[in-house]
Amino acid sequence: MSGLSAVGTGTARFDLGAFRDPELVRSLIARIQRTAGEREINLMEVCGTHTMSIGRYGFRSVMPTGLRLLSGPGCPVCVTANGDIDRAIALSRIPGVTITTFGDMVRVPGSASSLAREKAAGRDIRVVYSPRDAIELASREPQREVVFLGVGFETTTPAIAASILEACARGVDNFSVLSMHKTTPPALRAIVNDPETAIDGFILPGHVSTITGLAPFRFLAEEYGIPGVVTGFEPVDILEGIALLIDMIERGAPAIENAYRRGACDEGNQTARQIAERVFEPCDATWRGLGVLPASGMRIRARYSRFDACERFAVEIEPTQEPRGCRCGDVLRGAIAPSSCPLFDTACTPEHPVGPCMVSSEGSCAAYHTYRI
Amino acid sequence: MHMSETTVQMSHGSGGQMMKRLIDEVFLDAFGAPELHAGNDAGVAELPATGRIALSTDTFVVTPQFFPGGDIGRLAVSGTVNDVATSGARVRYLSCGFVLEEGYPLADLKRICASMASTAQEAGVAIITGDTKVVGRGKADGIFINTAGVGEVPEGVTLSGSSCQPGDVILVSGTMGDHGIAILSTREGLSFTTDIASDAAPLNQLVAAVLEAAPHARCFRDPTRGGLASTLNEFAQASGVDIELDEAAVPVDAQVRAACDMLGYDPLQVANEGKMVAVVPADEASASLAAMRASRYGGQAAIVGSVVEARRAGSPCVRVRTAWGAERVLNMVVGEQLPRIC
Repeated sequence: MSGLSAVGTGTARFDLGAFRDPELVRSLIARIQRTAGEREINLMEVCGTHTMSIGRYGFRSVMPTGLRLLSGPGCPVCVTANGDIDRAIALSRIPGVTITTFGDMVRVPGSASSLAREKAAGRDIRVVYSPRDAIELASREPQREVVFLGVGFETTTPAIAASILEACARGVDNFSVLSMHKTTPPALRAIVNDPETAIDGFILPGHVSTITGLAPFRFLAEEYGIPGVVTGFEPVDILEGIALLIDMIERGAPAIENAYRRGACDEGNQTARQIAERVFEPCDATWRGLGVLPASGMRIRARYSRFDACERFAVEIEPTQEPRGCRCGDVLRGAIAPSSCPLFDTACTPEHPVGPCMVSSEGSCAAYHTYRI
Repeated sequence: MHMSETTVQMSHGSGGQMMKRLIDEVFLDAFGAPELHAGNDAGVAELPATGRIALSTDTFVVTPQFFPGGDIGRLAVSGTVNDVATSGARVRYLSCGFVLEEGYPLADLKRICASMASTAQEAGVAIITGDTKVVGRGKADGIFINTAGVGEVPEGVTLSGSSCQPGDVILVSGTMGDHGIAILSTREGLSFTTDIASDAAPLNQLVAAVLEAAPHARCFRDPTRGGLASTLNEFAQASGVDIELDEAAVPVDAQVRAACDMLGYDPLQVANEGKMVAVVPADEASASLAAMRASRYGGQAAIVGSVVEARRAGSPCVRVRTAWGAERVLNMVVGEQLPRIC
């Protein structure tokens, strides 16, 4: 047996062996080195899984000297603003409230505390693997108010929306969501408008594109002349994405292409988008490092406001303080590499993180620390 | 024992009649060593005189207590046998201490003891002393087991993680990550199914066979929590050398690899309970590999890397060379990857 066929129901059969074939990988590396030459090229990936995969495959050690692979705002935990973390912490302090969250959020420092610290102080904070686990918990423990911390991009939003619809249908009234969801294209627009960054091409997020399709990214090529390639996560996928970007840069023919057809179709997943749109609507959102971006967040529509933790609980949030010296914001914009932050690997390590990029398993600083890339 | 007794009660730890019955009908029934049956506070037994003993202890708190490929009892015997064996000692005797939670099913306890007895027999060691404590409901998670093991170190055998030298060769006795993924697949909230079984096994005979084939072996270690990554980093730090690992040469079961891909784990950082890492001089490597492969637990043994001079003096590290010639650093896992796996 190979690949994912070994896991799950046994019906899915993906043989990923071909996407890891060492000979093919070597030939793609050679092609990239040949076509890029000595030229200065900045490529940015905007998906945390790409960040980790590039580190794990050791690709920075075999790229041409002028080609830089920068990590953008692809880690949902990392881009969550301090004020939002503080709000989650404040919710955890309400008697009777149980916070449910993906594990990465627990250790992220807020202004004066973290969920991990609140947990140690006796607040009820539980790690779940899916929002459905939170609904099950809410229906098992009806005397608790179960709040799910919703973080993530377009890939995650439909599942959270579906969980709200399920809670609604089943009458699970003690379940709510603190929505901190964000959409990717506004962040990319902010980065290309940023005078401190000069991106020549984007390695576009495979998972996000599965839902969105290619259309939301076309503005990069059409308005800014910057190419983008929707890319998968295996070694061959990533190198193919890079090679296609270099080809387009070389030819001066920017476009948005799809090199991940086995995962994402050009139109995306319309059903998933409809589910998300039923429950959520766009709103302005604050991003760490990028500030307030118009229509870049997803808030729960008024029709479902009883599942909106913001509507359900009034909380006082302490004045937001950014960690002193932390440059996560600059890292997320691609303005500096993690190793250029004065705190990197000194005051800030995965054991004692100062900023979120060192906490999350998808954070750029954690990736640079883990693989020393 | 009375038929009505199906669970552990506080009085089983009282030192009185109930405790004696528990000892007689559960522990003595499972463990046959005459030193134990003598009923003294200390087990007294023979140990060939070489002038040095190796002693190690470990405590087991895994949950669930029964998992694919083993149980807490098999783990408790294998874990300590393997720790003693890494010194090159011939493991002879074990002690075992139980902390039982009030209400724990006696049938499960008997099953665990039977598993300990059969694993001890497999390893050729005897359990010669033990202890039992019972704590109130909610004060422990069913059963905790401590074992200690002792054996004599043969003359001339001096193994240490600080003895690795540039040019040495790294071997592993089989696939990496089986135990951690087997435990994970049983956990609530992660509904995926696999056929992956824990590799928990006593490896003292495998180590003895390698030592015979490689008289100048530098060190052995069982890569438990933290996996191969932690073991190799410990060797690199202790010896002040770099270690280069050939990623494509490291055996990983296809299902373990798929599960790790899904969950974002690196199989090199996932726990094993029945695998051994050995560092030997280059000229003894092929004999070591043959000895491992001849063992019932080493069929998939492989040479996976080598020891080199530290590239940056004072900052030794483990480097992974990928199948396509790229390079990355392999660090120890940060924080808790999976709680209570052994």
